[in-house]
Amino acid sequence: MNHLTEEQLVLYYYGEGDGSPSVREHLDGCEQCRAEYANLQRVLNVVDSLPVPERDATYGAQVWRRLQPDLRHKPARLFLWPARHWAAAAVAASLLVAAFLAGRYYPKAQPQQTANAGQVRERILLVAVGDHLERSQMVLVELVNARPGQPLDFASERERAGDLVAENRLYRQTALRTGDSRVASVLDELEPVLLDIAHSPGRLSPEQVEELRQRIEGDGILFKVRVLGSTVRHREEKTAPAAGQKTL
Amino acid sequence: MELTDSVAVAQARAGDSGAFRVLVERHSRNLFRLAYRMTGHQEDAEDVVQETFLRAYRQLSKFDERASFGTWLYRIAANCSLDLIRVRKRRGEHQEAAPEEGAPDPIQSLPDGAPTPDRLAMSGEVERKVADVLDGLSAMERTAFVLRHYEGMCIEDIGRTLGVQPNAAKHSIFRAVQKLRRALEPLVTAS
Repeated sequence: MNHLTEEQLVLYYYGEGDGSPSVREHLDGCEQCRAEYANLQRVLNVVDSLPVPERDATYGAQVWRRLQPDLRHKPARLFLWPARHWAAAAVAASLLVAAFLAGRYYPKAQPQQTANAGQVRERILLVAVGDHLERSQMVLVELVNARPGQPLDFASERERAGDLVAENRLYRQTALRTGDSRVASVLDELEPVLLDIAHSPGRLSPEQVEELRQRIEGDGILFKVRVLGSTVRHREEKTAPAAGQKTL
Repeated sequence: MELTDSVAVAQARAGDSGAFRVLVERHSRNLFRLAYRMTGHQEDAEDVVQETFLRAYRQLSKFDERASFGTWLYRIAANCSLDLIRVRKRRGEHQEAAPEEGAPDPIQSLPDGAPTPDRLAMSGEVERKVADVLDGLSAMERTAFVLRHYEGMCIEDIGRTLGVQPNAAKHSIFRAVQKLRRALEPLVTAS
């Protein structure tokens, strides 16, 4: 007598069989398979009751509060940016980094002024890096969520990725100089992905979309960018001047 | 009158953030439950919930109104979790899973028997073991298993959700079940 395979038992447990009565009939008549199936049930019942911490009724409102600042940066608006605005963003990034470094490495002011100026510089840089991560994320998301099995017109994202590569390099070098290893590390991982996208054809075949998607998902880069983006925004809020405090 | 999901989605698409808020508040707890089972860690689950809504917001225009919004969110959350588990595994994080507190005990929910000291000791061991085995699964195995076992999603839908062939999804589930059985059967039988 041929006994049921583990695969058949698992499919039967989940109601995924082919619908024929053969497994049920076999179990009715075979003590060995019945015992095997009972063992499987016991194990999966234990797994089934693994505890999950509960969230109370206010959880949705908490999620919304955390989510709101991110929703202010509407992606649609970013994607509608004309190419010249993206180029301008890259130039602005260069100037910003240069200004940041100039301020950092040529301190001439009094200690109190230096502390304030340092905070302002840090905040400016955080805002810029946060924005850069946001725009990088948009490009990655567009690829990851492309319809499977269909070609993708990708010319504008490719162009944006080219601009982002230049910015990314600047921010990474700045982060390294300022000892912000976490930011530097994520930007270091992001750069080759952006480069790949920047060097891709304007119209991607389904295979090319899949290849890039796997690259992004395999590296987990989208998630890292997202998490770092949140962290940077959080740091940015912490360095924001309190109400009434004098700013530049 | 309470907004249905489809009306809220239509209003959110038209720029009504209040309507999106309704969707967030309605689906957050279920998404957290799914994300926790996927990741096994509360903070990671919180991140997944956040990321899921962010992706959903940005992709609202691509949502097919004939589909269920909840199912669509689940798909996004499953992929966010998959991304996160892969990152964690690559970094070698969360190797030692600690059991979460304040939740029902798996062994106590087994049929027969009042809790004896032996059973109680065994229950903690089983709970740790289940968490360890789930943490030891590959990202694909864990995601496919959670979707099938806890969420009741059929294998074909799991394949579609995770962007793999149904056969690949099925084998991921088998491998997960095999690993769970190898690790848990001696303990469950002993209890």
